[in-house]
Amino acid sequence: MPRVVVDVMLKPEILDPQGRAVMGAFTRLGVSGVSDIRQGKRFEITIDGDVTEARLAELHRMAEELLSNPVIETYDLRVEP
Amino acid sequence: MKIGVVTFPGSLDDRDAARAVRIAGGDAVALWHGDADLGGVDAVILPGGFSYGDYLRCGAIARFAPAMRTIIERAHEGMPVLGICNGFQILCESHLLPGALTRNDHLHFVCRDQRLRIESNATAWTSDYAVGQEIVIPLKNGEGGFVADERTLDELEGEGRVVARYVGVNPNGSRRDIAGISNAAGNVVGLMPHPEHAVEELTGPTTDGLGFFTSVLTALVAGRS
Repeated sequence: MPRVVVDVMLKPEILDPQGRAVMGAFTRLGVSGVSDIRQGKRFEITIDGDVTEARLAELHRMAEELLSNPVIETYDLRVEP
Repeated sequence: MKIGVVTFPGSLDDRDAARAVRIAGGDAVALWHGDADLGGVDAVILPGGFSYGDYLRCGAIARFAPAMRTIIERAHEGMPVLGICNGFQILCESHLLPGALTRNDHLHFVCRDQRLRIESNATAWTSDYAVGQEIVIPLKNGEGGFVADERTLDELEGEGRVVARYVGVNPNGSRRDIAGISNAAGNVVGLMPHPEHAVEELTGPTTDGLGFFTSVLTALVAGRS
């Protein structure tokens, strides 16, 4: 069955304390060559039937209204084969 | 005057909010999130807690509750709405208030008696305070950092819509020390700290929170006369 993946990330200008805490752990564990870590969310949406244009438009609406908050976040939506 | 208090799955402070309404002299009406009928209330409080387990984002799922659809409509018509903590998050997710509340910058849950300065008494929920008055009420949140873009922050300041500001310590990284804001009309207020926990000497650090609940009763009486 086709799957639609939505990635949600905090906008670059929004402080990401969780990503910063993970970055701190990298540093403590001696990982070098990493300058920044940002943490986001990934949604995997399994579709019954075909991914039609109408279906995609509806998923974009859900990504914008529910899965992300456009005040602080951006989303990326793609269909996985 | 009937003040509705909405219970969502995961609300914690609905009973304290109802109690604060009664102590202030109002009738508290329990509202259920799944019911779009508000039972003829004159104002609504969205209480603190963890609606829907704070899954997805705080307030993101509660925003779509049947009760919220009616509350959003009535708020646009001028009904007073106060969102406390999780309620503030729901108001931002509903776009009744601008900005968003994000994880505390230090990542820890914070629980303390917090000093605030009332910055505006031109709202339905703060008219019984003096501008510049300092109050101490409990604060308890994990995601209380208020953020908005610079233009929105300037607009809030310029229009006198910053209702309360943290004094002494900024407990969560809120931009410009903002603890509470209102909409342009002043009927919708969101506040991160908890006035409903500071209405009785036995259980609160002060009784400074009572003013929020007496203010709305004053506003409603004025609106009717």
